[in-house]
Amino acid sequence: MSAEPTEMHAEHGGHEETMTRKKIWNVFFVLLAITSIEFTIALYLVPHHIWGMTYHIANPVYIVLTLLKAFYIVAYFMHLKFERVALVYAILVPILFIIGLILVLTNESHYWIGLRG
Amino acid sequence: MSAAVSPAVSQIDEVKTTPWSGGRSPFNVEYGKMMMWFFLLSDAFTFSSLLISYGSLRFSAPTWPSPSLVFQSIPGTSVEHGAPLVFVGLMTFILIMSSVTMVLAVEAGHRNSKKEVVWWMIGTIIGGLMFLSCQALEWNHLHSEGFWWSAIPNKETLQEFFSSGIPLGQQQMSSHQFANLFFTITGFHGFHVFSGVIINIIITINVLFGTYQKRGSYLMIEKVGLYWHFVDLVWVFVFTFFYLV
Repeated sequence: MSAEPTEMHAEHGGHEETMTRKKIWNVFFVLLAITSIEFTIALYLVPHHIWGMTYHIANPVYIVLTLLKAFYIVAYFMHLKFERVALVYAILVPILFIIGLILVLTNESHYWIGLRG
Repeated sequence: MSAAVSPAVSQIDEVKTTPWSGGRSPFNVEYGKMMMWFFLLSDAFTFSSLLISYGSLRFSAPTWPSPSLVFQSIPGTSVEHGAPLVFVGLMTFILIMSSVTMVLAVEAGHRNSKKEVVWWMIGTIIGGLMFLSCQALEWNHLHSEGFWWSAIPNKETLQEFFSSGIPLGQQQMSSHQFANLFFTITGFHGFHVFSGVIINIIITINVLFGTYQKRGSYLMIEKVGLYWHFVDLVWVFVFTFFYLV
């Protein structure tokens, strides 16, 4: 029992790719840059209508950028990119249920608008 | 049995070594770490349900309090107007920073450097406490305006959060929904940050006592790290859907 973690550590060491300090800071700057882009859109582009930016365009852009940030956190900080493919699928495939709920409730809220109208 | 075994039998007797043939985990992660992943998956479902409910209620509402008007002050300072996203930007930066210190603690753990693990963990705990303080200020600010669970500001204050010409009834209905959803969702997230800080403190004490040095592996840091990054991950979504959209 007590020897188990040591064995695991030995298996992980050596050939397997992992996070170095340089990579960690690279990911941090990516996250910071994406957040800065979101701020620029929200504080300058939308209020001043630069490049014809309205919230109709900005909202999908925010969602795409948010998913990009989520990818960097899960893949690098949570190390999922370097795990076995079986574990990656075990975690990612159930997310389909969340997408299902989004589709169902988006459809439902359209119906609610109709009821209120 | 004769010494000459038929080729068919020897093929059956051969021990398979492929990932799914038994005898070892196809996931190649330690049990506790795998269970942390599965817990986080279930937690992701909970947060998704809350955020999707928020989304569908907001989507079906005829109007909604504008985030750039509700969150335009910097709580704790004298700035009351015209600074949207500044305070929440600070909160986001603090949480991303504490995620970085957490992953640096994990990295130090891989090198079995006890001293570095302790310092990065302390940095992570400070980041968590700073985030919680900011959230307390933000909640206090909204509460002083009149927002709380099932409570909204009076109609003069309420008008500041909407573009002109929206009927009072619609303002009040959507503000009720906004208040309940905001305090429930950021409260649930804040509770996760709080428990994360407590867990981080316990683990740091263990590191100081040399528990993981004796064990020969700092794998426990990776497990609490997964939890802490998840809290950061949820905040990324809360930030987008409450403050940006």
